[in-house]
Amino acid sequence: MPDILTAIWEALPFMLSGAWVNAVLIVGAMLVGLMLGVPLAVGQVYGCKPVRRVVQIYVWAFRGVPILVQLYLFYFGILAWASSIPWLGWAHLESPFLAAVLVLGLTSAAYQSQIFRGAILSLPAGQFKAARALGMSDATAITTIILPQALRLSIPGWSNEYSILLKDSALAFSVGVMEVMARTRAVASTTHQPLPLSILAGIIFFALTWVGVKALLALEKKVRIPGYSH
Amino acid sequence: MNDSDIILKVEGLSKAFGNKPVLQDATFTQRRGTLKVLVGPSGGGKSTLLQCINYLIPPDQGRVWLDGRQINPKSRRELSAYRQEVGMIFQDFNLFDHLNALENVRIALLKVKGMAKAAATERAMAELARVGLAGKADLYPAQLSGGQKQRVSIARALAMDPKVLLLDEPTSALDPELIGEVLTVIKDLAQAGITMIMATHQISFSASLADEFLFMEKGRIVEHGSPAELLGKDCCSRTQAFCAKLSELAGDAGQ
Amino acid sequence: MDDTWSFVTEQVIPGLNLGFWATVQLAVPSALLGLFTGIVVGVLRVYGPRPAQRLANGYVSFFRGTPLVVQLFCWYFGLPQICLFIESLGPVMGVLNALHLAWVPRLLVLSPMGAAILGFSLCSGAYHSEYVRGGLMSIRTGQIKAAQALGMSPMQTVLHVVLPQAVRRALPGCGNEIVYLIKYSSLASVVTVNELTGMARGIAKSTWRNTEVFFTVGVYYLLLVTLATFILGWVEDRLSLPGFERRRE
Ligand SMILES: Nc1ncnc2c1ncn2[C@@H]1O[C@H](COP(=O)(O)OP(=O)(O)O)[C@@H](O)[C@H]1O
Ligand SMILES: [Mg+2]
Repeated sequence: MPDILTAIWEALPFMLSGAWVNAVLIVGAMLVGLMLGVPLAVGQVYGCKPVRRVVQIYVWAFRGVPILVQLYLFYFGILAWASSIPWLGWAHLESPFLAAVLVLGLTSAAYQSQIFRGAILSLPAGQFKAARALGMSDATAITTIILPQALRLSIPGWSNEYSILLKDSALAFSVGVMEVMARTRAVASTTHQPLPLSILAGIIFFALTWVGVKALLALEKKVRIPGYSH
Repeated sequence: MNDSDIILKVEGLSKAFGNKPVLQDATFTQRRGTLKVLVGPSGGGKSTLLQCINYLIPPDQGRVWLDGRQINPKSRRELSAYRQEVGMIFQDFNLFDHLNALENVRIALLKVKGMAKAAATERAMAELARVGLAGKADLYPAQLSGGQKQRVSIARALAMDPKVLLLDEPTSALDPELIGEVLTVIKDLAQAGITMIMATHQISFSASLADEFLFMEKGRIVEHGSPAELLGKDCCSRTQAFCAKLSELAGDAGQ
Repeated sequence: MDDTWSFVTEQVIPGLNLGFWATVQLAVPSALLGLFTGIVVGVLRVYGPRPAQRLANGYVSFFRGTPLVVQLFCWYFGLPQICLFIESLGPVMGVLNALHLAWVPRLLVLSPMGAAILGFSLCSGAYHSEYVRGGLMSIRTGQIKAAQALGMSPMQTVLHVVLPQAVRRALPGCGNEIVYLIKYSSLASVVTVNELTGMARGIAKSTWRNTEVFFTVGVYYLLLVTLATFILGWVEDRLSLPGFERRRE
């Protein structure tokens, strides 16, 4: 019994720095998803027909192809190919971490776009009309009237996306990112104590979920607008 | 004056938001079939008073009697029964966005009164016809003009056979040319003997129908009396001063 | 090339078709039950009495915070342990026998499919409830006031005025969750449900041709996701309200 405890104790710093890798990975992926998901959602709601089609195909492809497949394709395919072309000077791009952030982010953008779309659709069409009536351009109306309201309403959906990204980030071990699950395997293979280490990994994931969800709840409270139920 | 004539009695209603009092000691009685008009500057507490009457805003203090029965707002059943007897018209309509005009009028008949669908539909259609909207029954709120929306919301309230109707600036969200259609409906209701309390800035319209004016300022009812008393030529009431300023500003849009 | 094609059509597709039906039988009830759970839990979290809010929030934290595999293990392998434990308690079984209820602990022993559907529904419900909560928060207070002014009880207000609007607004998010459910349904193979991925693994193991098998299974999932996207879009269109159109000008 004490053996197990010492094994865990010794592995703790190693495991915790893995938690940091996961945290940076999903924050990066959430931001990529946000920056791409917002224009996708706006395009799907307000765009002309070709734009809507493009968004639909994007969402379909990224929601439909498993992350693991995308990771392989992206890391061993596209990134490996791009970084092997000498005159591009992208050799340093062959980083598993970058590949994981991009793949998780691009996939998350597809999911996040649907969250934002739902939020935009829950605003009455009159809001956009009123903004136009003030002489705003469509872009101004969307950025100053629609999105500030819609993004507030997206926070609950965002916390779902956060928790799922956290779970999916464990897949990054497949291209060699040393996140918590990869470290769990590595340590378990030397100490032959998989169960307590798995429990430790579970606790780390639960704690990361809890912190993120609580932070988003606090954000939601802070930006709440009077006049809405609750 | 017979006591059974009094339909609504309000005593000492007060409300503060934080430590800012917005309604102080509102007290009045209202007889069956009369129209009371609330006037006064914006922010004076008219909406707060109206919503305290049916406990949409729970007052900090005060009591309300409907038809001689004191309301106990703590009992949910009693409160629901009371609200069914007090209709409310909102400034910004508050039609249910997911229901068409007919369904908006019918929903409370079905779900609150428990009426059968056919009877509720018939009643709802009759109320829509009364406000001149029989032809618009299957349009959704977003497909109606402001005046039509407000008439649907009046039909929705009337369908419940309310003993008292509260109207909170029913025309102030409307274009000038749409105000007339709503005022016509309200006039018909007044002449049909429906008891109403209405907050409004339509002074000359309401002066011709009202039994009493209540002038509210800073959360208090500072003056009350018949339109003739308060607006008479050689009377120097606050009400008159306020109304004179209103009509000056508006070129008397209230006709 | 020809060889690949005949391998896929003759050896992979027939097996995967069986798995496909298992996946459908798993995903459809889980999606519906999950959505229902999510609506109930979402309402409790926003409008429920304090203790119910706490309970519902705890439910969501637990199911979002723990890995789905672990949850599935609990339902499939953990519940029977509890059953055995109860059956080992003499006095308890005595009482149950007297009441002719000795079969009750056995209810805890679930079939693989039952355990998987239970696990997916509960986990999915936690995520759905968050989208529903977002929808509930987007309802303006005027709608609730108007319902109360008509004398509706809180229950009636939620049921007839708030929820019909909130669920519509939650739909795009709930669509995400249903797509996730389809993809995560592959985990059911760990509790021995022979769904798509389980079948694919079996075929790959016996034929040693991973690439062809897993590529084909990917196409099956893509097909399922496409189908779900199509159905969800259709439902959104059907429920769309004037003033809240899906496409804005
Ligand atoms: N929910 C609220 N919280 C804080 N202050 C409020 C709230 N509602 C109304 N008030 C304040 O109460 C005062 C009276 O408002 P209201 O009854 O709407 O006036 P009126 O209808 O006469 O224009 C105003 O000063 C307003 O700012
Ligand atoms: Mg007001």
